[in-house]
Amino acid sequence: MRFAFIAAGLLAVLPLTEAEAQSRTRLTVYTALENEQLAPFKAAAEAAVRDIEVVWVRDSTGVITARLIAERQNPRADVVWGLSVYSLLQMEALEMLEGYTPAGADALRANMRSDRSPMTWTGMDAFVSTICFNTAVAAQRNLPRPTSWADLLDPRFRNQVAMPNPSSSGTGFLTVAGWMGSMGEANAWTYMTRLHDNIQVYTHSGSAPCNNAARGEYGVGISLDMRAVTLRNQGAPIEVIIPTDGVGFDLEGTAIMRGTRNLDAAKRLADFAVSRPAMEQYGRFYALLAMPGVDATVRNYPPEFAQRLVNVNFRETALQRDRILREWSQRFDGKSAPR
Amino acid sequence: MSDVLAGPLVRVEASADQRLMRAGLWLAGGFLLLALGLPMAVLLSRAFEDQSGHFVGLANFATYVSTPALLRSAWNSIWTAALTMVIVVPLAFTYGYALARSRLPFKPVFRAVMLLPILAPSLLPALSLIYLFGNQGMLRWMLPMENIYGAPGIIVAQVFSTFPSAAIILSVALATADARLYEAAEALKAGRARIFATVTLPGARFGIVSAAVVTFTAVVTDFGIPKVIGGQFPVLATDVYKQVVGLQDFNMGAVVGLVLLLPALLAFALQRWAEGKRAATLTGRAVPLVPKRRLARDLPLTLFCVAMAGVLVGIVAVAAWGSLVRFWPWNLSLTLDNYDFGRFDSSGWGAVGTSIRMALTTACIGTAIVFLGAYVMERAPRLSGGDGALRGAVGLLATVPLAIPGLVLGLAYILFFNHPANPLGFLYGTLAILVLNSLVHFYTVGHLAATTAIRQLDPEFEAVGASLKVPVWETLRRVTLPICLPAILEIWVYLFVTAMTTVSGVIFLYGPDTKPASVSVVHMDEAGQASAAAAMACVLLGVAILAKLAQMGVGALTARRTQGWRRR
Repeated sequence: MRFAFIAAGLLAVLPLTEAEAQSRTRLTVYTALENEQLAPFKAAAEAAVRDIEVVWVRDSTGVITARLIAERQNPRADVVWGLSVYSLLQMEALEMLEGYTPAGADALRANMRSDRSPMTWTGMDAFVSTICFNTAVAAQRNLPRPTSWADLLDPRFRNQVAMPNPSSSGTGFLTVAGWMGSMGEANAWTYMTRLHDNIQVYTHSGSAPCNNAARGEYGVGISLDMRAVTLRNQGAPIEVIIPTDGVGFDLEGTAIMRGTRNLDAAKRLADFAVSRPAMEQYGRFYALLAMPGVDATVRNYPPEFAQRLVNVNFRETALQRDRILREWSQRFDGKSAPR
Repeated sequence: MSDVLAGPLVRVEASADQRLMRAGLWLAGGFLLLALGLPMAVLLSRAFEDQSGHFVGLANFATYVSTPALLRSAWNSIWTAALTMVIVVPLAFTYGYALARSRLPFKPVFRAVMLLPILAPSLLPALSLIYLFGNQGMLRWMLPMENIYGAPGIIVAQVFSTFPSAAIILSVALATADARLYEAAEALKAGRARIFATVTLPGARFGIVSAAVVTFTAVVTDFGIPKVIGGQFPVLATDVYKQVVGLQDFNMGAVVGLVLLLPALLAFALQRWAEGKRAATLTGRAVPLVPKRRLARDLPLTLFCVAMAGVLVGIVAVAAWGSLVRFWPWNLSLTLDNYDFGRFDSSGWGAVGTSIRMALTTACIGTAIVFLGAYVMERAPRLSGGDGALRGAVGLLATVPLAIPGLVLGLAYILFFNHPANPLGFLYGTLAILVLNSLVHFYTVGHLAATTAIRQLDPEFEAVGASLKVPVWETLRRVTLPICLPAILEIWVYLFVTAMTTVSGVIFLYGPDTKPASVSVVHMDEAGQASAAAAMACVLLGVAILAKLAQMGVGALTARRTQGWRRR
């Protein structure tokens, strides 16, 4: 009986799969891209590389990275497309990435691609830490408009600031790494100690501070630019502020998983991920792209931010990550009783 | 008395029954070992290794103990769980008491409303609390402290979400009383307070301890609520999240996971102790207690239940309203756009279909496994005289899942089922692994419910069946299953509902085509689409309510045929 069902099912799909199977390879792509980016990116990739089918597994950066590392002995993903460079470097150190230099990858900005040969990852776009400033709450509580990180030390912001916990959130870490890049490590610790007095909450998710600032829970949320711009475009009364004293940034990148069963198709997707049409797709959501000379078309993006990027050495920072986070926990996690 | 009689009688058992029951016990043990024991062993062994897989003994534990922040989390977990327990158990006891021992009107309604919190994803009460008591909340002025984030928020949300489990356990415990005890007490002219203290409380002692243990353990292991409303207040469960998801340090994650097991194991030891002091409450001769009308008791209890039910409905209603709002709190115009899930999440409404398929499979397969597992565990030793160690091991495995955070179980599943040498690897990435994970994750409560139901039946039933030369499966089919049908339906609906709403375990396990709606809820909330997240949560709630109504319908239809003996 059951066999009959299966046989009938097979017969029904046979003509279709025969044609499909010859031309299309199913690639499992793990990603931390935003949901609204998945459909257009998939469509663009499948239009450009006719013989692949992209199927997504999407989750937050932390969950996807944890999954990839836990699956290391028997990788399920063929390609990672749209994941933080810190995660990629972590996987590179674990020998999880396949070395391959995609066609045209040399055209990318030097600090936005792997320095290995062959490359282990290629960049897509950069995202930065920003301040989500709720103007409605600011009017209620008489808060000044901050323009720099230093402004957030103003005692008027006492208990008004939310920031992601760097141990739980990649956004939190890139913010801390940015402060260390611009101020130097010792000054960054002093800054964070003073900022701690104004922090109401360290959240476990990178988006939460901005989401909550948008809801008016806090006046100020430290978060990432893409989330802030999306919320603003949804109608939240928030202003997206790129601090003038330098911001940390992170890259989204692409890599092929070592051990993929579809290496050829994965290479063709990696080629597409660094191509101009792909960059134009990224430009609909992000302002700073890995390929110079491609115009970003995203709305409501603060245009001045490219000059404010702090010079961050990703590999160096990735190596320091454990030590920095341990120290951070020691200093700020312990005294976290609600005030 | 009955035990003394049952003892020698059952020893005269047909050996076919013995073999069958023993095989069943081995089967149940094998299942739990494969789906729970081995995956957890693979994960927990990581606690004794470094990042590159070398054995390091207790070095990770030394690091753990030397980090003050981590020890503080342990303390925070314990006191918030204890406080929640102290608040929930009396509330649930009063509610359960009203249901079982008073002439409360509309009992089925109150029984259904009591379950609301477990019918909805845990994000729903958290969002509600933010809408009500957040910094822009409608009832913020009622708040005695500066803000809801941190310990107060955790405790309020945990009280809400653990109330149903405690209330179920206590209403069942209070429902199974022997009226003869009360008649005897009254004949001896004992006052009401004295009867309450000497008959009611001791009779419900096992239920009270169970409810306390379940509440305590659920609070200690839950990470969803502290993550959303706990602010930076650190607890053990968020520490696991930080280690696994934030730092990808599975070794430290395993260490914290092991530490998490300790308070839970302690609680289970307590439960075992209480269990030892308890015999079958419903012997073959017991007479069900039917409460008489008494206004001085019924009126206050009714008012209490109305207030409690009002709070439960209110919290859910606020979230339902939130799902219809355009952008809280700035644009409160109503819209149905939030239910157009395709706009927010690529899996759209399809995720709801995935969730229903997964929950149905979990409930149908799970109920059979859980009930038969509990049955062979409870009845096998009497029939085969021995196998005590095996029974103990199966019992422990069945009660452990409650103490395991879903995140830890999910990670254990990746490491075990995705291992290249595992012949079960084909399950990975399919709906089957989501089903298996949810089934095992929620095994304990179903197991406790089944055990309670089976224990209410005097083993005399089997003994009589055996002496009449009726095979054990016939007794099971014609006596045990029909009598336990209400409990079986409860287990079915419990597994269905929890599988619909679970997040923490399955977030590591879903594949490209099997993303459940509960995960979509989290994703939409993380993307700042709180209204859409509330909308999806409401859809899940709606499906869960339908399942609950179906269960009540089937229960009512079959009650006439199977539960007539309960009436006097």
